Amino acid sequence: MNALDASNSVQPWVVQSFCAIIFFIGLAGVLIRRNIIIILMCVELMLNAVNLSFVAYSRQLEDMGGQMAVFFIIVVAAAESAVGLGLLISMFRTLRTVDTDEIRLLKE
Amino acid sequence: MLKWIPLLPLLGFLINGIWYGFFQTRTGAKRAGATIPGVIATAVIFGAFLISLQTFLTLKGLPAEGRVIDENLFSWIKVGDLDLKMALRVDSLSTLFTLVITGVGTLIHLYSIGYMAHDATPGKFFAYLNLFCFAMLMLVMGSSLPILFLGWEGVGLCSYLLIGYWYEDIAKASAGKKAFIANRVGDFGFILGMFMLYTHFGTLEFAKLVELLGKGDFVATLNPLAITATCLLLFVGCTGKSAQIPLYVWLPDAMAGPTPVSALIHAATMVTSGIYMVARLNGLFSLSPTAMMVIAVIGGLTAFFAATIAIAQSDIKKVLAYSTVSQLGYMFLACGVGAYTAGVFHVITHAFFKALMFLGAGSVIHGMHEEQDILKMGGLRTKMPVTFVTFLVGWIAICGIPPFSGFFSKDEILWNAFANPHGNKFLWVLGALTAALTAFYMTRMFYLTFFGKPRFDESKMGAHSNGHDDHHDDHGHSHAPKGVHESPATMTIPLVILAILSIVGGFLGIPHSSWLETWLEPVIPAHEAESFTAGHSTEYGLMIFSTLVAVAAIAFAWKTYTNLKGADARKANHQKLHKTLEEKWYVDELYESAFIKPIYEISMSLWKSFDVAVIDRIVLGFGRISQWSGQAARTVQTGSLQVYAVMILVGLVLTLGYLVRGFI
Repeated sequence: MNALDASNSVQPWVVQSFCAIIFFIGLAGVLIRRNIIIILMCVELMLNAVNLSFVAYSRQLEDMGGQMAVFFIIVVAAAESAVGLGLLISMFRTLRTVDTDEIRLLKE
Repeated sequence: MLKWIPLLPLLGFLINGIWYGFFQTRTGAKRAGATIPGVIATAVIFGAFLISLQTFLTLKGLPAEGRVIDENLFSWIKVGDLDLKMALRVDSLSTLFTLVITGVGTLIHLYSIGYMAHDATPGKFFAYLNLFCFAMLMLVMGSSLPILFLGWEGVGLCSYLLIGYWYEDIAKASAGKKAFIANRVGDFGFILGMFMLYTHFGTLEFAKLVELLGKGDFVATLNPLAITATCLLLFVGCTGKSAQIPLYVWLPDAMAGPTPVSALIHAATMVTSGIYMVARLNGLFSLSPTAMMVIAVIGGLTAFFAATIAIAQSDIKKVLAYSTVSQLGYMFLACGVGAYTAGVFHVITHAFFKALMFLGAGSVIHGMHEEQDILKMGGLRTKMPVTFVTFLVGWIAICGIPPFSGFFSKDEILWNAFANPHGNKFLWVLGALTAALTAFYMTRMFYLTFFGKPRFDESKMGAHSNGHDDHHDDHGHSHAPKGVHESPATMTIPLVILAILSIVGGFLGIPHSSWLETWLEPVIPAHEAESFTAGHSTEYGLMIFSTLVAVAAIAFAWKTYTNLKGADARKANHQKLHKTLEEKWYVDELYESAFIKPIYEISMSLWKSFDVAVIDRIVLGFGRISQWSGQAARTVQTGSLQVYAVMILVGLVLTLGYLVRGFI
């Protein structure tokens, strides 16, 4: 099967553009939203956008290295969200808030 | 052996100083009287006197041309081709000075045992006194100018320490400071003079200088202007140390020190070091007629000027202080007209009779329970007979009545001012007027102190319920008899010895058969008799004339002060003049407004306009800059992680942009 069968496959630029859109949605969420849970979710969004991009390129270039990277990212992201959520719970217990505007201990 | 002359007083200083410092300053230590430290100090200085005497006799045994003993101690400073040796050198000039210093010094130390008997810190006093003798002996025994300068500074230091000895009295402490600062000005000139001397002669050792000055062809190569400048700069040092116009102002204030100090330092020894230096370098000074003229005129003016001030002073020590300034002026007058021998002669006789008068004044003050005002004395001759008789001798000597010592030395100076080829009639007139004034004010002081009716209430004396603290007081109230009393033997014996010396001292230099002139011949070449501008008959005529002037002045003063009411009326008639003289021609006030005030004002304005306005602002500015920049940088640190994330993003975009496009 031809990997680049143009008739019944999604075009690569479409996939990459889709990845980029998701990535920037995630980034915007990280920078704009004030709720830490949503920020964490947005981080996941960014990571998964990158994952999708890796997989797409891997298929396009027929190189398994990209898919290898994706596995690493999934593992690290899992660990990250576990730790992140743990910190979040502990922070909520002490500060009674998850709003980043109210959490400015670095400045004070 | 020579080194023990200065070392013995140094040893005494160390013993007394260490003993005092370790055992007398602790609280609760048992205070010792003046006897032990006094005896130690007197013993070492007497030892130094014996060695000086032996040295003198050794020199006397040598042939006239070889009368020099050198003793090299160690190499002091060695830089390049300058090798400064710590070496002592005694010749016919310095041996006379060592004899006077140690001899008169011994008597004054002995006297101090009585005078300081009830002082709180006699150990300190005698330590300072010994240190002074050490420095003074180094001054006259040094073989080169730097060693002389070492002693020169050392005596200045001791003078400061001893003037401000009762430093708890602020006036006395500041009198010490005044002396030190006035001397500093002079020493500055001295140092510059030494530099110039080294530049032109390449050596500062007396022996080499004399050798160079003896070479006609070398002397011919010297720039006369440079020699004049050198001599004048060295003389500036003398005006400080030997209290000449314009730096004499410290000496009268120096009377704040204990009276033995005034006698030793400010009459007999330290103040004559300027004359010693000029006499030592006579070959150099003789090269510059201009400098000689300046020295003679300054000396003559100082002599006259100080004598006028002395007339109106009522403090017995102040009269003596101005008298000392005046007599020092005589000595410089002598040096300035080239009669160095006469100058040295007057140093010696003056050391005898002025030390005698100071010690006599101290005895009077002691007996009068710290009263120094001659207007409140009178009639003491019966109450203090020994002091009276010895003071009488000093009085006759300084007035210049033959055959007492002052007559010979003063007459020698007047004769040289008149007839020496370097002298002139103007200087002679100044000298003769000074002689008349001297006889007048000395008689005034003598009469007011010892004759007439007592002008004090004896019943109030010696009671001392007015709470003197004993530290401040060099007089023993608890032991002293009530009323006016004669001083103890330790004080009267030196008086008697000095009185004898004042009588016979003049025979050292009888005109035309002067032992002194012959003795000093190797150091100070004598003038040819033919060069004098007047003959022997004039000389004898002048002698008779000056004696008559002195007698007339004495008689006039005696008559004036026998009738005290008349004297007061005369004073009232010349109110303005009297006031001016009493206020010392307002010289202190003049210096205050001409030098001290401006310096103070300049310092104040520099402090405000430069130190505070510029330097402080620069320093504070650095602080402000770092504070301000810290504030500015702080606003970046919001504490919000999301802002940091935006910055990371911006940085990332910029970096990527750079990597992709070269430069954005």
